[in-house]
Amino acid sequence: MLDFYNIDSLLSEEERAVRDSVRRFVDDNVLPVIGECYVEGRFPKEIVPGLAELGVFGANLPEEYGCAGLNNVAYGLIMQELERGDSGVRSFASVQGALVMYPIYAFGSEDQKRHYLPKMASGEIIGCFGLTEPDYGSNPAGMITMAREQPDGSWVLNGAKMWITNGSTAKVAIVWAKTNDDKDQRSIRGFIVPTSSKGFRAKDQKGKLSLRASDTSELVLEDVRVPADALLPKSGGLKSPLMCLTQARYGISWGALGAAMACFEEASSYAKTRIMFDRPIGGFQLQQLRLAEMLTEIVKGQLLCVQLGRLKDRGEFTPQQVSLAKRNNVSIATDIARETRRLLGANGILAEYAAMRHMANLESVYTYEGTHDVHTLILGQSVTGLNAFGA
Amino acid sequence: MKIAVCIKRVPDMESRFRITGDGKSVDEAGLKFDMSDFDGYAVEVALQMTEKLGQGEVVVVSLGPDAVQEALRKALSMGVARAIHLKTDRVPVDGFAIATALAAELRSGGYDLIMFGKHAMDSMNGVVGAMTAELLGLPNVNSVSKLEVAGGKGTARRELEGGAEILEFPLPAVVTIDEGIARPRYPSLKGIMAAKKKPLESKPVQLIAPRLEPTRTELPPERQGGRIIGEGVAAVPDLIRLLQTEAKVL
Repeated sequence: MLDFYNIDSLLSEEERAVRDSVRRFVDDNVLPVIGECYVEGRFPKEIVPGLAELGVFGANLPEEYGCAGLNNVAYGLIMQELERGDSGVRSFASVQGALVMYPIYAFGSEDQKRHYLPKMASGEIIGCFGLTEPDYGSNPAGMITMAREQPDGSWVLNGAKMWITNGSTAKVAIVWAKTNDDKDQRSIRGFIVPTSSKGFRAKDQKGKLSLRASDTSELVLEDVRVPADALLPKSGGLKSPLMCLTQARYGISWGALGAAMACFEEASSYAKTRIMFDRPIGGFQLQQLRLAEMLTEIVKGQLLCVQLGRLKDRGEFTPQQVSLAKRNNVSIATDIARETRRLLGANGILAEYAAMRHMANLESVYTYEGTHDVHTLILGQSVTGLNAFGA
Repeated sequence: MKIAVCIKRVPDMESRFRITGDGKSVDEAGLKFDMSDFDGYAVEVALQMTEKLGQGEVVVVSLGPDAVQEALRKALSMGVARAIHLKTDRVPVDGFAIATALAAELRSGGYDLIMFGKHAMDSMNGVVGAMTAELLGLPNVNSVSKLEVAGGKGTARRELEGGAEILEFPLPAVVTIDEGIARPRYPSLKGIMAAKKKPLESKPVQLIAPRLEPTRTELPPERQGGRIIGEGVAAVPDLIRLLQTEAKVL
């Protein structure tokens, strides 16, 4: 991969080693199969044991829970390399690490951490994250899923969750629900729900034209009873799931760059070898403009991510800074994928090339984990102090 | 079972190379480096051997400036126990100078097996393993595609043109490793973190005076454009003549 700004010099030897190891894994295990998986609409679950052995799940969580204990820049580089393969593969790891392991780590009891985290790092337990509902996407505070505490201390959950990555694959779901008929968002708490629980159903989302190599499901909870210790004791209010989303969005900022880098590599190599009018198409100004724009945006995005990661490692980053990075990097990646598709001409519509797959995937990434528009409002509010959200 | 694997740090062979101003060597500025491929196979074979035996120690050794420590740490991240850095200001072109320094280090190490890649990806000399064996007075088998040890003896397979050769030899011995013997593992993220805490001993060594020095290093000539010498069957005699006399490939 072209390192036009010597960004490698901003990385430690260890960070580069992590990236290079995951890069090689993706080259060997993801790239050869992903086009076919995409067409078949199948998540390549055969790569999960290898990813676990490599240590990518929850890689920035501490070693004492069976994780790799990496810093956040190294973690970001892992996300970049996974999404260089496919957004679906990165989504799988994001959900497992940032949306399931992280809340257990941040809001769980010591027993929950010791029980779940090592098994999730080793891939023995796959998890999913249930926040979004059919009628409450950008407005999760309105959720209607309810958990009612029973006299014996157990909880009974009712509701439905939608657009849940890993939903049909997962052994456990982190389900966010309002508690005890209190409609206020401050009553929201997280529960670790085994997907084998009576009354729990996951339904594969059919007809996706994006993230086809990813499991996206709908979860239905009908009188699902879980014991008292299923509650994440330190979770409280909408702030808790939003903290998870900040973690995941951080990873997405890096991941989107990976997809952009894959497209840029494809575009530049195609431009140098595809002959039209007796010369490589890269010799034409229109294609050079495309390539120059792509390269510029990738470099800017990389610098953004490295600095964001350093801030995160120092404990100084804000959710608004993450919004800026997610919003920018996914947007430029979406544009780069589309321009690559166009540069490749008719070949660009084939699954044999990565561009259109990334292009379609990134439309989901643009929309999930805070839509592009929602991040715009977060930044707008940060600048003006005025809330432009509906409520 | 105590195994030493001697490794070399080499540039990524897919880089675009430039020659230094004095025309004698490759300009290292801007190049990415990694452990030489065959050395990676050797590390993997050594690790598998001790894992299978359930005992033993794998040590990696590399000679050169401080930058070679990155290759040593990569081996540590794959699972090697410790590393020795023989510190010099450069990697000499004369393989004998390298072999002399390695032999001095390895002689007293009590190794049952000393392994090398069959040659380095950059210099492609393939002499350091054999020279080290000779200096240590040990048996030497080169380009090994399969290796087993038991009862103080080693058995090695070597691929030949259209066949193979199986050799038996006493330990200790020096073996150089061919490709295809084992796929080097991905350094795990935990392994990368653990590598920082493993012992890496750096000791300065004095190289003997080199007996050979490069006078010039050249890049391959720029590829020339093709030439159309005619069309159809009529052009074939001319084509054959030019392939014989000009291109000299027939």
